Amino acid sequence: MSRVIDADTRKPRSSSAATRTPRAGGAQRESLVSRSVAMLIMVIFTLYFLIPIWWLLVASTKSRGDLFTTNPLWFSELNFWDNMVALLTYDDGIYLRWIVNSIGYAGVGALVATILAGMCGYALAKYRFRGREVLFNVVLGGVLVPATALALPLFLLFSQVQLTNTFWAVFLPSIVSPFGVYLARVFAEASVPDELLEAARLDGAGEVRTYFTVSIRLMVPALITIFLFQFVGIWNNFFLPLIMLRSEELFPVTYGLYAWNSTINQFPELRSFVLIGALLSIIPLIVTFLLLQRYWRTGLGTGALK
Amino acid sequence: MRHMKRAAGVAVIATVALTMAACSAGGGSGSGSDAAACEPSDGEVTLTFTSWIPGIEDAVAIWNDANPDIQVEVQTGPSGNAGTYQNFFNQLEAGNAPDLGQIEYDAIPNFRVQDGLENLAACEGIVAAEDQFVDWTWGQVSLGTEDEVYGVPQDSGPMALFYRSDLFEQNGIAVPTTWEEYREAAVQIRALGGYITNFSQSDINQFAGFVWQGDGQWFTNNGDEWTVDLTSDTSITVADYWQDLIENDLVAVYPPWTDEWNNAYNSGEVWTWNSAVWGANSIASGAPDTAGKWSVAKSPQWEAGASAAGNWGGSSIAVFKGTDHLYEAAKFALWLNTSEESLTSLNETAAIYPATTAGLELPVLQEGVEFYGGQKIYEVFAEAAGEVNPDFVWGPTMTQTYADVSDGFKAAIAGDGTLADALADGQAKTIAALEAQSIPVAK
Repeated sequence: MSRVIDADTRKPRSSSAATRTPRAGGAQRESLVSRSVAMLIMVIFTLYFLIPIWWLLVASTKSRGDLFTTNPLWFSELNFWDNMVALLTYDDGIYLRWIVNSIGYAGVGALVATILAGMCGYALAKYRFRGREVLFNVVLGGVLVPATALALPLFLLFSQVQLTNTFWAVFLPSIVSPFGVYLARVFAEASVPDELLEAARLDGAGEVRTYFTVSIRLMVPALITIFLFQFVGIWNNFFLPLIMLRSEELFPVTYGLYAWNSTINQFPELRSFVLIGALLSIIPLIVTFLLLQRYWRTGLGTGALK
Repeated sequence: MRHMKRAAGVAVIATVALTMAACSAGGGSGSGSDAAACEPSDGEVTLTFTSWIPGIEDAVAIWNDANPDIQVEVQTGPSGNAGTYQNFFNQLEAGNAPDLGQIEYDAIPNFRVQDGLENLAACEGIVAAEDQFVDWTWGQVSLGTEDEVYGVPQDSGPMALFYRSDLFEQNGIAVPTTWEEYREAAVQIRALGGYITNFSQSDINQFAGFVWQGDGQWFTNNGDEWTVDLTSDTSITVADYWQDLIENDLVAVYPPWTDEWNNAYNSGEVWTWNSAVWGANSIASGAPDTAGKWSVAKSPQWEAGASAAGNWGGSSIAVFKGTDHLYEAAKFALWLNTSEESLTSLNETAAIYPATTAGLELPVLQEGVEFYGGQKIYEVFAEAAGEVNPDFVWGPTMTQTYADVSDGFKAAIAGDGTLADALADGQAKTIAALEAQSIPVAK
């Protein structure tokens, strides 16, 4: 089995290596000017994106008094540890609770969403049944509906069944990913050969077993991509928790920070918590990306080509 | 094979259906008693209470300890206009609003017009409590009526003049007591390179406080119809006054609550701020280098010798339609906002400035404040609280009115139109917004 997979993945890799050489040679011949200009533009944009994070990093090391009185882009007296301790102990450590909630909503939600989308996309790609295209197009239509537009209807639905202000109110809508289904279908069509499925069936494997032992491995890059998309999507989905949740203990970190931030005019002591809280809250995202980014790239390319 | 595939498809659908059924299994009784009377409920009661005041749990914990039969569960969220009001409306629509909620005075008419609030007048002790509150705060929750009460006032924001006493003294400038003197001082300060104050382009409720101080009205409601009057004589007088200061570069126009705004105060560029009592903390945190150099005086007056104060901010605790426990909710709201232990706790944790006359006498509010050179600043505000016009009325769409007037103010500061134009524009848009919601407007 593994030999088949290897053969399949090696082929595109070697062909892209073959095309890369002449292209690189052409780039060398381009003038130094155009390359420097391109470089300069990239440097400017990199700074543009990184300066706010730098500012956040610097600001979170300052005491409340230094925040407005010292250079915003450089350190003054280092107060990072004190700020962090204050943040983590404020209101019985509610911030940590929010982080755990976010990881729960985004991590578990994205995992379940990935499994569902993978199975769904695979079924749409590999099985012929009546209404398949209709079903697929309906799912595709779901991609076009922004999550924000669904928040209020979802709230009214969840109110009917008394599930607002619960973990499920944010979790259940998060495990659905129309875009994931689309990506999984495209990828399954391209990377899971019918012959392989036939072979598995001849060997006596059931459909479910075939999926979980054979197909799912071939779909890993797509699944990781779906997971990342969905993880980031849930993590940043701010509107749904805003509408659904009332108890502070259920907030994800984005909403919790927003709630603090909305009252800093009257309660200025919250300002430093918002700053350092925002800094700490991007760490889980960065870690997730660093761990999974190489798969992410492969998956993205696949989606783009089809 | 085909059968199997179809079976798999069916299984998926069945799973979805099951999931949905599982969702609806939690369904049960909705709430929705129409409590014309206000009677105690039997047995133990749990009330839900949504607020955004940090540390309000402490005060509620005192109540919960003393009242095992009426437990209150606090839920917190963003400040009213940042989402909590919208949530309240959604929840009212869905029939699952909390029992109690924090509502600022300027939002009460909005909830009242949408029929979202219970009238507490029939509840024990509510009407009798009127005397305990600072006059005008009661007007804000009774909406000018005799027999209706839509909330219990919690805090207030009487306005006074924060000023840099050190700079005024060093430069031999008298602290202005009228708006005319204020302009003269502005000219002198500008000559020294500073600004007397910063005009806020987005704090429209502060501007409303100026109009309020001048005895102006923006809205009136005769029970049937609303009258919108953003362009009354007083309103225009105030607008023209500030327009003149802006045009002559006598006031700074930094966007409020930003770093540059804080910095303008911290660096001593801006000398005064006519603001609410809660602004005392804003200065202390935004301009830490100026500690000990500030004082507080009565706001400048439109007429020499007069003593009128404006108000900026303040909120009440209201009970939402659909509660099953009106009696208990009213009882809790009254306790939270009148008892000394609660008011003390709220002041300690969140610097809440009470709305009761007794609350203004809290020991902590009689002390000198270090940041203000040891001045007993709250005495000034307590006096101002008694000088706020009790009849000021907010409109039912203040969020929209604020936004539209603010757009106009920003344009005016950029040199496009005047503040008075912005008010006229806000007037037209407010009337349109009211009509769009089928709220009767007197023409």
